[in-house]
Amino acid sequence: MNVIVSLTISSIAVVVLVLIPLIGVWGLHLHYLFGVVIPYLAAATFFVGIVYRVVDWAKSPVPFRIPSTCGQQKTMPWVKRTYVDYLDNPDSTLGTVLRMVLEILCFRSLFRNTKLQFGSGEKIKYASAKWLWLGAIVFHYAFLTVLIRHLWLFTEPVPFFVQLLNKLDGFLQIFVPTIYLSGFVLGAAVTYLLLRRLFIPQVRYVSLPADYFPLLLIIGMAFTGILMRYLLKVDMIKVKELTLGLVRFSPRVPDGIGVIFYIHLFLVSSLFAYFPFSKLVHMAGVFLSPTRNLSNNSRAVRHINPWNYPVKVHTYQAYEDEFREKMKAAGLPVEKE
Amino acid sequence: MYDGGKIITGLIIGIGLIAFPIWLNAGKAVKKADPKLPAKEKQCVEPTQYMLTNHMEVLDLWRDSVVRLGDRYFISFDGKKYRVSLQNTCMSAECHPKKKEFCDECHDYMGIEPYCWDCHIEKGEKK
Ligand code: HEC
Ligand code: HEC
Ligand code: HEM
Repeated sequence: MNVIVSLTISSIAVVVLVLIPLIGVWGLHLHYLFGVVIPYLAAATFFVGIVYRVVDWAKSPVPFRIPSTCGQQKTMPWVKRTYVDYLDNPDSTLGTVLRMVLEILCFRSLFRNTKLQFGSGEKIKYASAKWLWLGAIVFHYAFLTVLIRHLWLFTEPVPFFVQLLNKLDGFLQIFVPTIYLSGFVLGAAVTYLLLRRLFIPQVRYVSLPADYFPLLLIIGMAFTGILMRYLLKVDMIKVKELTLGLVRFSPRVPDGIGVIFYIHLFLVSSLFAYFPFSKLVHMAGVFLSPTRNLSNNSRAVRHINPWNYPVKVHTYQAYEDEFREKMKAAGLPVEKE
Repeated sequence: MYDGGKIITGLIIGIGLIAFPIWLNAGKAVKKADPKLPAKEKQCVEPTQYMLTNHMEVLDLWRDSVVRLGDRYFISFDGKKYRVSLQNTCMSAECHPKKKEFCDECHDYMGIEPYCWDCHIEKGEKK
């Protein structure tokens, strides 16, 4: 799909997602629908969807180990292996767990990213390319920080680690209310990820609305959140009454929360509901990547294909027993007289 | 299911982590913040609705007015003249004398702790 078409489709989708709560809350006063019903439906879709996807994956057989060739596999004792080989091509459970930890917390696969470069003359080289890794890791950790900090709306008393994170995130103590860095870092990182898709021709070529839409949606979430906190202002005491009501299952909607809150909430609800159906579900999928979560022990352990049906065998011995007389009569050689 | 035991365990741990706010709150009633309002005074330095959302910005403005511009007086929206002071005006005996019953009531509810009190003190408090 052409980049203009893709971008247009996904931008329109996000604009519509902003207009729906704007009209619904501002024009039609459907506060309960947008403050309670839709968030609950979105959360339910998220949980059921994730469970469904994971169970579905779990039903697919992974008959063989997939040794990725990033490191030397365990073999003869005189073939040297370094710690990199243990991590990238593990043969033990511990090694595999460590590989998963590196993958999930540090995005190791992305870190290995290389780029083909033309040197002088005919020479080419593969140089390491870390910008994608940097953008991705900054984005994910900023998102996680914002998400954990949002627990201040869903807990009472607020747990110490949320308060600590708020303090750390606002350590610059500039502006009132204090600037939380993570919100702006999130916005910057996701904008970088979008620009990268738009400006690198090869990446643009493989990008679809399904790639642009989540980026634009997250930009919208960060933008409305920042707008609400620093400029438009809503009554946070009432917001907390609503959010606490949601997680304590006695929902109520106090009057007088600004419409910007409902827009932010609707965008977030859309993301949660969209999550299990989209590529975003890699949050759960990364744990089930067969090239990462299986130890490469094919040489040491026999893995039997689970869909092998029992093959009926007729050995030569049995064959000869059955036809010995006929074979002899036809002059064929037999093993046992 | 293949490796069902491991995958289901992981799934339960994952969902449990994400649903943290739900089980943490199980069975608790919704609480509201209940700041104690002044007995006699009826009007704050700005309209109540504005103070609810923007009191930190008013304070910031006041602070700048004193420490940057040296202007210690503030004319409010209803034409009254106030001395610009966190401890002596906001928290005067007629208005919000007790930090515990007013500011802290909301801030503890939200789990925030404005750093102003690193330097400023409540009346009668010793540092
Ligand atoms: C009606 C409840 C309420 C009362 C009463 C209240 N606050 Fe607040 N205050 C809040 C909320 C909610 C926030 C957080 C707003 C946000 O982060 O968006 C806040 C934030 C602040 C901030 C900014 C903190 C930061 O780090 O960004 C300051 C400063 C502040 N309040 C000062 C005071 C003082 C001083 C008093 C007492 C004279 C007071 N407040 C009384 C609700 C209240
Ligand atoms: C580093 C210490 C420090 C911190 C932190 C601090 N202040 Fe101040 N503040 C001062 C000093 C010093 C003055 C000047 C006092 C004067 O000249 O009367 C002042 C003056 C003020 C004034 C005007 C004068 C008065 O009597 O109130 C206000 C309002 C004020 N600060 C609000 C705040 C708020 C709100 C915060 C938190 C967001 C804060 N301050 C944090 C040190 C501090
Ligand atoms: C994936 C989820 C979310 C993202 C990425 C997100 C993003 C943001 C950002 C970037 C801000 C700016 C200020 C800050 O950094 O704290 C913000 C503020 C805010 N968000 Fe969200 N948000 C999310 C979910 C939610 C949810 C579920 C709710 C409520 C039901 C919510 C309610 C608010 C409110 C009320 C503020 C204003 C806070 C203040 O004024 O201090 N957000 N959000």
